[in-house]
Amino acid sequence: MMKETPIAIEPGVPGPEPAELPDDFLRQLTAAGEVDILLFVPSLNNRDTIGHVMNALQLGLVKYFPRERTAVLNADGGSHDGTPQVVRESIIKDFRAFLAANPLRTMHRITAAYDSRKGPWGALELLLSAAELTRAKACAVVSPDLRSIAPEWVESLVRPIRREEFDFVAPIYRRHKYEGLLIKNLIAPVFRAAYGFRIREPMGSEFAFSGQLASKLQQSGGWQQRCCEVGPAMGLMATAIANDYRTCQSFLGPRIYQSRHQEPDLVRVFQESVGALFQGLEADHAYWSNRGGAAQVQTFGFEYSVALQPVRVSRKRLLQGFRLGVEELGAILEAILAPDTLRAVQDLGKLSDGGFRFPDELWVRVVYEFAASYHRSVLTRDHLLQALLPLYRGKVFSFVMETEKATPAEVENRLEELGLACERLKPYLVERW
Amino acid sequence: MAESIIDSLKQMLNQPVAAVKQFLPRVLVMLMIIIVGWLIAILLKAIVRRALALAKFDALSESAGTAQLLRNAALPAPRDLVASLTFWVVCIVFLLLGINALGVVSLQEQISQLLLFLPQIFVAVLILFVGFLLANFLARATLLAAVNANLPFARLLAGSVRFLVVLLTVSMALEQIALAHRTVLIAFTILFGAVMLALAIAFGIAGQHLARQVLHKSFSPAEPEKEEEITHL
Repeated sequence: MMKETPIAIEPGVPGPEPAELPDDFLRQLTAAGEVDILLFVPSLNNRDTIGHVMNALQLGLVKYFPRERTAVLNADGGSHDGTPQVVRESIIKDFRAFLAANPLRTMHRITAAYDSRKGPWGALELLLSAAELTRAKACAVVSPDLRSIAPEWVESLVRPIRREEFDFVAPIYRRHKYEGLLIKNLIAPVFRAAYGFRIREPMGSEFAFSGQLASKLQQSGGWQQRCCEVGPAMGLMATAIANDYRTCQSFLGPRIYQSRHQEPDLVRVFQESVGALFQGLEADHAYWSNRGGAAQVQTFGFEYSVALQPVRVSRKRLLQGFRLGVEELGAILEAILAPDTLRAVQDLGKLSDGGFRFPDELWVRVVYEFAASYHRSVLTRDHLLQALLPLYRGKVFSFVMETEKATPAEVENRLEELGLACERLKPYLVERW
Repeated sequence: MAESIIDSLKQMLNQPVAAVKQFLPRVLVMLMIIIVGWLIAILLKAIVRRALALAKFDALSESAGTAQLLRNAALPAPRDLVASLTFWVVCIVFLLLGINALGVVSLQEQISQLLLFLPQIFVAVLILFVGFLLANFLARATLLAAVNANLPFARLLAGSVRFLVVLLTVSMALEQIALAHRTVLIAFTILFGAVMLALAIAFGIAGQHLARQVLHKSFSPAEPEKEEEITHL
C-alpha cells in the first residue's frame, strides 16, 4: 500500500469545532470519555428499521468486542416519524437473552441531531468531531434502513482496524447480478484503475475507518468535495488512498434495504455518483496520473453465496434509451467524444437488438473521454453527466444480454475483464486529461 | 467701379481661403482624434483579450454553450468576438468625436443624438447575447431531460424552447431600442399566441395517445416500471 510520493490532503472545509457542537452532544461525549470503538448510524425517518439496526450493533459490540470501550452514536436529520424515540427505546438491558455473554464495560449511547440539508457530510462531520473528542480508535458507519444487518457486521467492519491496523474498510456485499449496475459497470472499474486498488464497492453505505484517519480528515477537510449524497464512502476512501492510509475490504453478506425500491431517480443517482467520481479524479489528479495497474486489496470474511430474488429487467426500455440518446444528442456528444469514439457509438445504435454488444474498450474510452471533458468543463457539468446516461443504458443493456445465463462466478469474471480494460486504457485517460 | 469689382473679387477669393484656413485645423484635430482613438482601441482590444484569457473566458463560454453557438453562426471565438466588439465600439466613439470636432452644426446634432442612442444599443446587444445564451442552455437542458425520460420528439421540444426564448429576447431587444415599438409588440403578441395555439392543436391532434399516457401515469396508481427492478447503486 506504500507509494512513492505521499500527497497531502488539499485544504478544504474542516469539520465543526467543539465550540460549534450542541451543548447536549458535548455533554454526552464528555460523559462517555475515551472510547475504542465508535459506531455511527445517521437516520432520517427510519422508524421501521432503526430499532433492528441498533440492536444488531449492540449485540455485535458485546459479542465481538466485550473488553473494548464502545459507544453507539445516532445522529438524526430531523425525522418526523418517531425515529429518535425508537432509538431511545432500543436499549438491550439483558444480553443473555441473545448471547452467552454480557458486556464487561459500559456501552455508551449518544444521540445528536444534524442538519440534513447539508447532505450526508453534515452527519459525517458530526461523527468526525465525536471521533476526535472521544479519541476513538475505530469508527464504523452503518445505514439505518438495513433489513439484513447482523451482529457479525460489526466484527467484519471493525476487526481489520482494531486487529490488523488498517485505516479504511470498504464493504463487499453479496448482490444479485443486476443490482448495483452503475457501481459494477462504471464507478468500481474506473475507481480501481484510477486509484490503483481493486475495490469492489467504492460507494458502500457501510464502512469503517481508523481514529488516525478520522483525525486527519477532521483536521484537513477536503473530503467533502469527493462525497455525494448517494455514497459518501467514496470520498473518504479516495482521500484515505490518496494519503497513503491502508485500505482493505470485508465481506458483509447480502444487503437488503427497507427502501430498496425507493432509490432516487436514475438521473439524480447518476449525476451525484458519477459527478463525485469525476470530481474526485480532478482533485486527486496528482495521485493517479503517474501510476499504472491496480493492486489486490486484502479481503476479510468468508464469501458465501445465497439465493437472491430474481430481478426483472426491461431490456427494451434500456436499448430504446440508448438509441434515442445517440440519435438526438449528436451535437452534444460531438463536443465530448473523439470522432472515432463517436462514430463507433453511433454504429452501435444501428445494431439489431439481439446482436447488440457494447465492447468494454469502447465503453472505457467513452467514460474516460467524458471524465476528461468534465475536467475541462466542455459543457455545463450537469449536462455533461446527463449526456452520458443514455450511453450507460446501452452498456447496461449489453451487460444484461451478456450475463443473462451467467453464474455469479461468470459475472465476476466478466466484471474483472471490464476492470482490466479500465486499467489497460488508463494511459488514454491521462492523455485526454 | 473697377476697384470695387476687384475688391469684390478679392473678397470672393479670400472667403474660401479663410474658410479652408479655418477648417483645416479642425480636420487635423479630427484626424488626430481618430488616430488616437484607433491606437486606444488597439490597446484596449489587446487588454481585453488578455484579461479574458486570464479569466478563462473561452472555457466558460464553451461550458455555457456560447462557443458552439458562435461556431454554428460562423462567428469568431467568444474571446475574439468580445475583443473585436470593444475595438469597434471605441473606434466608432472616437470617429464620432472626431466628426464632432469639425464643428458642423447639423452633424453635431446628429452625432449627439447618436451618442445618446449608443447606451440603448449596447443594452440591446447585451440582451441579445444573454438571451441567446439562455436559449441555448435551456434548449440543451430540455433536450437532455427529454432524452433521459425516453420522450419522443426530444429535439422538437428543445427547438421549441430555443425558439420561444429567442423570440422573447429579440422582442425585448427591439423594445429596448424603441424600434417600431407598437409593431414589434403586436407582432410578438400575434406570433407568441400563434405558436402556443399551434402547439396546443398539434399536441391535441397528434399527441392524443401521449396525452392519455401522461394523464394515466399522473392520476392512476403507479405500477412500478420494470426498469426499476434493477438497482444502479
